[in-house]
Amino acid sequence: MTPALEIRGLRKTYNNGFVALKGIDLEVSPGSFFALLGPNGAGKSTTIGIITSLVNKTAGEVRVFGHDLDRDPQGVKRSIGLVPQEFNFNQFEPVGEIVVNQAGYYGIPRREAWDRAGHYLNELGLWDKRENMARTLSGGMKRRLMIARALVHEPRLLILDEPTAGVDIELRRSMWDFLQKINDDGRSIILTTHYLEEAESLCRNIAIIDDGRIIENTTMKQLLAKLETETMVLDLVEPPLAVPEGGPIPLRRIDELTLEAEIHSNQNLNDLFQLLDNQGIRVQSMRNKANRLEELFVRMTQNEATRSPLTPGGDGATEQQEGQA
Amino acid sequence: MTRADLRLWGTALRTIAIKEILRFARIWVQTVLPPVVTTALYFIIFGGLIGERIGEMEGFRYMDFIVPGLIMLAVITNSYSNVVSSFFGSKFQRHIEELLVSPIPNSVIILGFIFGGVARGLTVGVAVLIVSLFFSPLSVHNPIVMLLVVLLTSILFALAGLINGVFARTFDDIALIPTFVLTPLTYLGGVFYSISLLPDFWQGASMLNPIFYMVDAFRYGSLGTSDFPVIASFAIIAMFIIVLYGLALWLLNRGTGIRS
Ligand SMILES: Nc1ncnc2c1ncn2[C@@H]1O[C@H](COP(=O)(O)OP(=O)(O)OP(=O)(O)O)[C@@H](O)[C@H]1O
Ligand SMILES: [Mg+2]
Repeated sequence: MTPALEIRGLRKTYNNGFVALKGIDLEVSPGSFFALLGPNGAGKSTTIGIITSLVNKTAGEVRVFGHDLDRDPQGVKRSIGLVPQEFNFNQFEPVGEIVVNQAGYYGIPRREAWDRAGHYLNELGLWDKRENMARTLSGGMKRRLMIARALVHEPRLLILDEPTAGVDIELRRSMWDFLQKINDDGRSIILTTHYLEEAESLCRNIAIIDDGRIIENTTMKQLLAKLETETMVLDLVEPPLAVPEGGPIPLRRIDELTLEAEIHSNQNLNDLFQLLDNQGIRVQSMRNKANRLEELFVRMTQNEATRSPLTPGGDGATEQQEGQA
Repeated sequence: MTRADLRLWGTALRTIAIKEILRFARIWVQTVLPPVVTTALYFIIFGGLIGERIGEMEGFRYMDFIVPGLIMLAVITNSYSNVVSSFFGSKFQRHIEELLVSPIPNSVIILGFIFGGVARGLTVGVAVLIVSLFFSPLSVHNPIVMLLVVLLTSILFALAGLINGVFARTFDDIALIPTFVLTPLTYLGGVFYSISLLPDFWQGASMLNPIFYMVDAFRYGSLGTSDFPVIASFAIIAMFIIVLYGLALWLLNRGTGIRS
């Protein structure tokens, strides 16, 4: 089957000489729900910008459902709907017109455009706002407006660049449901996000990009299986007399009443509790330190940093640290 | 180019044109009203008060002489500023990206912006014409020449505004050209006087001013008098349009100022 997206050797050097993409290969199969993850400044938006004709590429090939970006840019554009990271609509234009005009740019006549806009604005809870100026919408509504706008020409591939940034939990979940439904209908979706829970619950496939390179491209399942250790946070009943060191399970003292334990995948919680019992340490409650994917993500991007030393003080270095924070 | 392409481009063009027209119509107090008020002041002060003392210009009442020039002044500045502010605004607020991600050829984008500029230029031109009727009877020597000159001038300055918008990085950049190039050229282009009054050197210098040809040709259409052959003026205007269109298309294809 023709991939929804196929990227080969994609490079981008910005005009100021900054190398944002250092040769990216990526394939997204049709119908998939694909996560593109990476720390701030990794090159996610740059990649998306190139696919959607907003950024000129320096080298490499991009194909969307078989349409080549160089030879058939119109074919590529027709196949894609974009929800960008930043608001990019006219704040002084009414909501309904923004969506209808976008349909017009894809050749959809005005009457049909209003039908479709009505459908998606309704689905996203914005129909009542159709006559309001876009700038009067709340942040979450603006995000949904951009989703309606991206879908109005019924693209086969929907690309969302951090669609749930600054969206409250309830709304985020309803957006997830909506996207899941869109995907179930057969539309391919590529999503970038900093909420790893989002990627974990929605996406079956995942690529991790760091410092302009793809460092991982696999299924969510396989990726999570790579996770060898998990960190548990233990809240204690009373301050421990001593914390055992050098044992099979590394323990770290965080404060008076908190310990962290790092459990390897071939160990189990009974081993941990046995160890604690022997020391007379009583545990009040226990929780997983972070989302599992989060832990993996931080570790992977850290590894990458130590593998490829960055020039001190360079743009990349600061971006990298932000990603790890 | 298939039939489906043509249909897409037609719909896209209509969409951009409607959007551009609604944009300046929504803010008509900023876009349409001020030039009308300004021109009314010109009529009262230059035409009425001062004009009485000037007497005749090329055999016409001074008031009647300046009406065609003032209409052209309004058409020029409004076609230009409509496109430059709309295009720069769309870069500033980033909604130019709505067009960039869509399967529209750049030529259609340019045409769409031209439509908007011409619509505003003509709207204001007609409004100024109506105001002028209070001061001076409408004289029409050759209506086709009049219409054609206004239309072509409007297209030319819409294109120029687009190019300004492509290069503009700040709001200052969109005020620079209108203030320091457009207004002086228009004033020196024979809006308020016949260049035959000028010394030889300045007559020659005026010939380098493209706006002179437009004002002159329009005055011919209205009053039947001109400093320069009308056909030659048309040729010069057409040449400017072709060059500016080519430049605008080249810039958009390169992505200058809009794609990093
Ligand atoms: N127009 C530009 N000119 C120069 N450098 C740029 C430009 N746009 C982006 N960059 C740089 O390219 C790198 C990648 O940026 P990009 O926006 O693709 O990152 P990202 O992965 O989307 O990050 P985030 O998660 O913060 O959105 C960054 O270091 C950024 O500073
Ligand atoms: Mg980004």
